[in-house]
Amino acid sequence: MTALHGTRVVELSHERIAFAGKLLADMGADVVVVEPPGGSALRRWGPFVEDRPDPEHSLAWWHYNTSKRGVVLDLDTEDGRDGFRRLAARADLVLEAEDPGRLAGLGLDHADLERRELIWISVTPFGRRLPGRADLATDLTVLAAGGPVWSCGYDDHSLPPVRGLGFQGYNTACHHAVMSALTALLHRGVSGEGQFVDVSMHAAANVTTEMGSYNYLVQGTTVQRQTGRHAMETLTLPSQVRCADGRYVNTGVPPRQPKEYAGLLAWLRELGIADGFPEAVFLEMGAQRDFVDLSKIGQDDEITAIFAAGREALGFVASRLSAYDFFVGAQRAGLPVGVIYAPEEAFEDAHFVARGFQTPVEHPELGRSVRYPGAPYRFEKTPWRISRRAPRLGEHQAEVFAELAGTGSPRG
Amino acid sequence: MKALGHVRICDFTGQLAGAGATKWLAAFGADVIRIEDPVKQGTWDILRMMPPFVDERRGVDFGGGFNDHNVEKRGITLNLRSERGRELLAELVKHSDVVAENFAAGVLERMGFGYERLKELKPDVIYVSNCGFGHTGPYRSFKTWGPIVQAVSGLTFTSGLPGREPAGWGYSYMDHTGASYMAIAILLALLHKQRTGEGQWVDLSCTDVGLTLHGPMLLDWTVNGRPARRPGFPHANRSEHPAWAPHGIYPAAGDDEWVAVACRSDAEWRALAGVVGAAWAGEARFAALAGRLAAQDELDARLAEWTGARPKAETVAALQAAGVPAAPVAKPAERVDHDPATSGFGLWPTAHHSKMGNVRVDGLPVHLAKTDWEIRRGAPCLGEHTEEVLTGLLGLSGEEVAKLRAEGVV
Repeated sequence: MTALHGTRVVELSHERIAFAGKLLADMGADVVVVEPPGGSALRRWGPFVEDRPDPEHSLAWWHYNTSKRGVVLDLDTEDGRDGFRRLAARADLVLEAEDPGRLAGLGLDHADLERRELIWISVTPFGRRLPGRADLATDLTVLAAGGPVWSCGYDDHSLPPVRGLGFQGYNTACHHAVMSALTALLHRGVSGEGQFVDVSMHAAANVTTEMGSYNYLVQGTTVQRQTGRHAMETLTLPSQVRCADGRYVNTGVPPRQPKEYAGLLAWLRELGIADGFPEAVFLEMGAQRDFVDLSKIGQDDEITAIFAAGREALGFVASRLSAYDFFVGAQRAGLPVGVIYAPEEAFEDAHFVARGFQTPVEHPELGRSVRYPGAPYRFEKTPWRISRRAPRLGEHQAEVFAELAGTGSPRG
Repeated sequence: MKALGHVRICDFTGQLAGAGATKWLAAFGADVIRIEDPVKQGTWDILRMMPPFVDERRGVDFGGGFNDHNVEKRGITLNLRSERGRELLAELVKHSDVVAENFAAGVLERMGFGYERLKELKPDVIYVSNCGFGHTGPYRSFKTWGPIVQAVSGLTFTSGLPGREPAGWGYSYMDHTGASYMAIAILLALLHKQRTGEGQWVDLSCTDVGLTLHGPMLLDWTVNGRPARRPGFPHANRSEHPAWAPHGIYPAAGDDEWVAVACRSDAEWRALAGVVGAAWAGEARFAALAGRLAAQDELDARLAEWTGARPKAETVAALQAAGVPAAPVAKPAERVDHDPATSGFGLWPTAHHSKMGNVRVDGLPVHLAKTDWEIRRGAPCLGEHTEEVLTGLLGLSGEEVAKLRAEGVV
């Protein structure tokens, strides 16, 4: 049993919403992705299998379209529009990210196809209700204008601020599209009523910047980007440390509790380097206190020294261990720190392997299976699952339209 | 009508990674009841007393971030060290559809309310736990904050410029995003229960979530064996896939002013070159993508020289008029107070907090035509709704609540 068993979704393929369709499909929805003749633009995005461009070998297409079925419709022809109308007529949910006006111009917008039960999710750069050059929005422009970029980069402000990779502007909009779709489905389960949902990518970026937005909203201040740590109004102390193997760790929030000082000191001793760290005595003092009142930093000399020793001890250990050993050792000592992994290093790490994160997906055309990123959540009774690789161009044309004609049984 | 008016959440969440999930549910009308510890004054959620602040007042009812993440929720205190406190929690669980928490793995179980116990109390309970590394695997006891999740899941690494240490994310992107996935998990489990009557446990690990967010980069590793840890990578403001150039963040006139430009095709390049109007922009070697990709460093330097001489708004207007994607790197004031694309979307609602008064907060980036979200009430002060919930929902009398208060149970 899957959570979205029997839920029929029609997705008009677009790079802005492909991930939303995947999230629904991997939870069991029957997602039919509609491509134009020649295929979705995503099929022209790399990387490609063995770096050879081929619309069936785009890893972007593969990644964002797992568990979906695929059909081709030319919406510029009456036949194609008729096909889309027939698909939408039996859908629970339409998912589209067309520039405002395009579907209305084709007579295929929500207003044209409205049914009481139908849920329609529109994801556009600025929302349907507002003007703006939707055709000129990309992941980079969304994250720049929407706030995330302002907060990311280096202490050195002669360097440009940075946009994190992975299409997080699209992802964030897709998460909110999925939350909206599920909220609307729950409401429909009670009321029988579907509805139109207007998702703004720009708005989604704007409300996911933590202090970037709310420090301004509440106290009118502007945060400033800092290397590897939170953007704040003033410069804070570095938290990213280079380890003995040249790789980096994030040392997190310095120790603050007596048990953290005790754990840190025990770890230094276990490593046999406590004698080389002159401030170890302050760690001992921190460990012996009932409470370390951090509001007294700068006023109480002993507390100031304890807090500084905790910070310095982390850097001291880091410079003597590999990033990985620092991460595991500090965590075992009770300190929340993190190794800064490249994505593939996390993917191959024993923890994620033990959790079964690596997910083999059969690619019969290659004669082998490919390892995919796995479940973002573990459902006890309705597990996440990639039910099939991304569809080849028009792969399910006959199957899907036979179902629509009543000659085939709907997949469920 | 409220979309989620039929749902009640017994809410142990805090910080942003948890509280952000139940914010969504509350804004759509779910009855979200926060359970907090009267002994520690709710400070497990450190945002209760952290900046930003509306004025000089401090304390557990004045954290601005806490207010932002907990609008439209109710809040009660229960001392779970006491037998009576545990009894009251058991009653509340029986009245709830969902128990949500983002403690470190195993904490709720040690408090006596693990999944098995929750099921005894309410056989169709939905239990959603959210922690850094999940409830299984070698790192299950490890602890995280947003930046630690980002570090371990690869997101810090992929945000940076070549030849430098990672720039990472200047905020807890994975707290926002972990919260989104937690909300998705709760909603999916509610849908399943709506159709089958069956509850379940969802184990959410924020590092798992982070690792799903790299797009095709991980397939490049598993299919082509290409690691992200390689010379010259990441060059995060560029666009390797799809191959677009120029593509980046360029200086603008003024102090720490920047503008983003994304040139997606040869046609857009011709349009860009036309706006720039300089001799270099017209050089034939830049006319096709391959030539521009081969000379990206030079192209970026030339373009930066041009953008650096004009205000970002002027560059954006000129490039957009020519059909080239461009956007300002917006500062908070610009996007909050001077951007019709946020104010026109109703993105910054004012919530009324019992002590702070009226405060603007982050709204939701969506509008549902028939059952839209609503944010009017600010976050609950510590124990603000204890009496209301214990009398209204659990049927206690006012005198009983007063007695519990005197005994330190609430």
